[in-house]
Amino acid sequence: MATYQLTINGKQQTVEADADTPMLWVLRDHLDLKGTKFGCGIAQCGACTIHMDGNAVRSCSIPVSAVSEAKITTIEGLSEKADHVLQKAWVEHDVPQCGYCQAGQIMNAAALLQSNSSPSMDEIENSMNGNLCRCGTYNKIKAAITSAAANL
Amino acid sequence: MTVIKTKVDRRSFLKTSALAGGGLVIGFNWACSPSAEVKDPASAWFDINAYLTIADNGEITIMSPNPEIGQNVKTSMPMLVAEELDVDWKDVIVKQAPLDNVFPRQVAGGSQSIRSSWKSMRMAGATARRLMIETAAKEWAVDANSLTTKGGYVLNGSKKLSYGELASKAVGIEIPEEVTLKDPKDFTIIGKSQKNVDLNEIITGKPVFGIDYKQEGMQYAVVLRPPAFGAKLKSFDDTEARKVSGVSDVIQFGDKVAVLGNNTWAAMKGKKALVANWDMSGQLEDTPYHDSEMNKLLNKRSERPSRNDGDALKAIASADRVFEKTYEAPFLPHNTMEPMNFFADATGDKVKLVGPIQTPAGTRGQIARLLEKSPDDITLEMTRMGGGFGRRLYGDFALEAAEISQKANKAVQVIFSREDDMTAGTYRPASKYKFRAAIKDGKLTGYHLSGAGMGRNNWVRPDWFPAGGIENYLIESSYIDTNITTGAWRAPITNFLAVAEQCFFDELAAEMGQDAVQLRLDILERAKNNPVGEIDYEPAKMIGVIKLAAEKGNWGKAESGVSKGFSAYYSHNTYVAEVADVIMKDGNPIVKNVTVAVDCGIVVNPDAAINQIQGGVVDGMGHALYGDFSFINGTPQASNFNNYRLIRTKEAPTVDVHFVESLNDPTGLGEPSLPPAGGALANAMAKATGNRFYKIPFIKDQMVFG
Repeated sequence: MATYQLTINGKQQTVEADADTPMLWVLRDHLDLKGTKFGCGIAQCGACTIHMDGNAVRSCSIPVSAVSEAKITTIEGLSEKADHVLQKAWVEHDVPQCGYCQAGQIMNAAALLQSNSSPSMDEIENSMNGNLCRCGTYNKIKAAITSAAANL
Repeated sequence: MTVIKTKVDRRSFLKTSALAGGGLVIGFNWACSPSAEVKDPASAWFDINAYLTIADNGEITIMSPNPEIGQNVKTSMPMLVAEELDVDWKDVIVKQAPLDNVFPRQVAGGSQSIRSSWKSMRMAGATARRLMIETAAKEWAVDANSLTTKGGYVLNGSKKLSYGELASKAVGIEIPEEVTLKDPKDFTIIGKSQKNVDLNEIITGKPVFGIDYKQEGMQYAVVLRPPAFGAKLKSFDDTEARKVSGVSDVIQFGDKVAVLGNNTWAAMKGKKALVANWDMSGQLEDTPYHDSEMNKLLNKRSERPSRNDGDALKAIASADRVFEKTYEAPFLPHNTMEPMNFFADATGDKVKLVGPIQTPAGTRGQIARLLEKSPDDITLEMTRMGGGFGRRLYGDFALEAAEISQKANKAVQVIFSREDDMTAGTYRPASKYKFRAAIKDGKLTGYHLSGAGMGRNNWVRPDWFPAGGIENYLIESSYIDTNITTGAWRAPITNFLAVAEQCFFDELAAEMGQDAVQLRLDILERAKNNPVGEIDYEPAKMIGVIKLAAEKGNWGKAESGVSKGFSAYYSHNTYVAEVADVIMKDGNPIVKNVTVAVDCGIVVNPDAAINQIQGGVVDGMGHALYGDFSFINGTPQASNFNNYRLIRTKEAPTVDVHFVESLNDPTGLGEPSLPPAGGALANAMAKATGNRFYKIPFIKDQMVFG
């Protein structure tokens, strides 16, 4: 057990955890930030996607000890008032079905738009291919990302 | 305009009472189907299981007995009420009712939520509206029939009273004998797209799912289960598990061992540190055994066929040609994105349960027996579910939570890892279908389908297409038992029966030198005009969707580099036809687009309906292409998404949805687009590659995909 100083959604947080504890469980169990979802635990589904210094990473596979001073952003910190361009596009297209994977989808797409403000459909598909949606809302996800990019 | 009776004899479909805190409560049965012709109403109709409340502040709430699994009923059901009540859509909210004895029939499943609540929800709304009018008429001392309503107000010339002002006063007003439902042509909310009511919570990461539930001090429990179906626990050593920091307890129950921790990761690490010895001497089944047993059944004639018109065996014996094909599909896990989980606090006299479950009442009953408690001492709170697809009809994970909580004397949340979820599943059972068609003088004279599967199911749908359209027609179903747990999986049985049947008709048409769509239409014309025996589908509606899909999907029109595959299927009272467009890229077939025609009656919430249909097509195609699951010595051979492939965004086609315009009552939508999807895909790929596909996953069947 060790003590870690983390910067999460712009706030300093102190966490007592084993060094190998994945950020996913630090967020969910230690800090009660339940928006980041557990799907597979092996970085194959994207449900746990968060930003580490602006890059999309799978929090199930990032141990707390590897975070150091990196700035972490979760779905709860993506915007103050649910008004990120992607959240607005998600509302416009009424994307979710069960909704479970959607936070990870939005976080992954947000990192894409951060680095590429006008992605082609191929670029969207390549970037989003690691995020599974078991309900099959892929058509709506792609439409929402396309709309969001147009509104940047 | 429909007039429906709210009373039969002296009993009413609805009951009113005062709302605590001020306002009106109308209790009704959300799943009853009252009609003008009711003679002998089922007593179940009088079980009140849903409530509509109008509070003094004008807020309108529906306490819905049914859980939300992604099918969007939490949005579409209140739309029905709002329409008839004549209020602004934004003023109606739906709340998940807890499991309570006043809601005696809480079950979800089978794409039936809207279909079964269509009339009752509207009746409740229309009755409430009428009560508001009668209350206002009393206030103003005028004739109720001179009053109108709009946007949550009763109007009397320039005067108006809000429903909120009237609600408390309406409590004593007698329920009208009958109420008038709107003519569908006058709908203003139904038929207009309304956003998912939980959208904001979902996109901001609010804790709405079962796995998000937390009670102060609760422990997380991760369970070691037998590695194979048929294996039993001999012994285990938990020395190392107990040394893991954060692990608080280790509990054996039956053939399972639970590791409890103060965080999920600690419990997961503790489970990995357990050393268990298993008794593997029991019956351990494997896929080759299943295959050979099903093959035996396919070739054995049943003494009691599911349907037998004319003499199909004779037609086959006297045919010019007999065309025969067999299709097979494996067991499949559900893989909801939210793994199974449940919270239980069984530490005191009262038991508290919280989590995602489609069958709360049945599960509570089982837990009551397990814990030797009365169901009255158990509360169950249903959460939003991160997918169901049938898996959450079975409450095994809730029973585990309850048993662990009682044995450990701690509040616990059981969490399945993905590996637990995939290897301790309640699988779609494996099945096989053998089709034979008799062709004489260029015509289809006989049809014989033999279905066989793992577990006690009816493996066929004998009275659906092509029933009634073929003179000599024999349908058989048989099964073998298995100790692998199986259950409903989105569109049970038809999720593969449709694929097999629609592939067979495509290849049969080619064999007969006919157009694949025309062959289906010819059979349906016969079934429509002069059916052989009784049938349980409407050929005219099926013809309607087939023609619409063919037109919108440019069936029969050459498009450079595009191969088209057709499929049509009826299930959950809905008719769906699909045209899949496949192109070849670097030698591999790629599905680009699927055109879908749907007849589901009135479309309640169009954008959400399109979402369901697109999802069903993607789901059906994904599992047909990649669904690969087998057993060796009772042990599942896939365990996570690194060795079990689900369809991803790059592989998902665009799905173009067209609805048949209809004023008929709405039918199912959560499942019906899935069954025909695999067939449309296989038929398009056959055209593109020259190879036919007979075994799921198609990716392993003759072709290698990119």
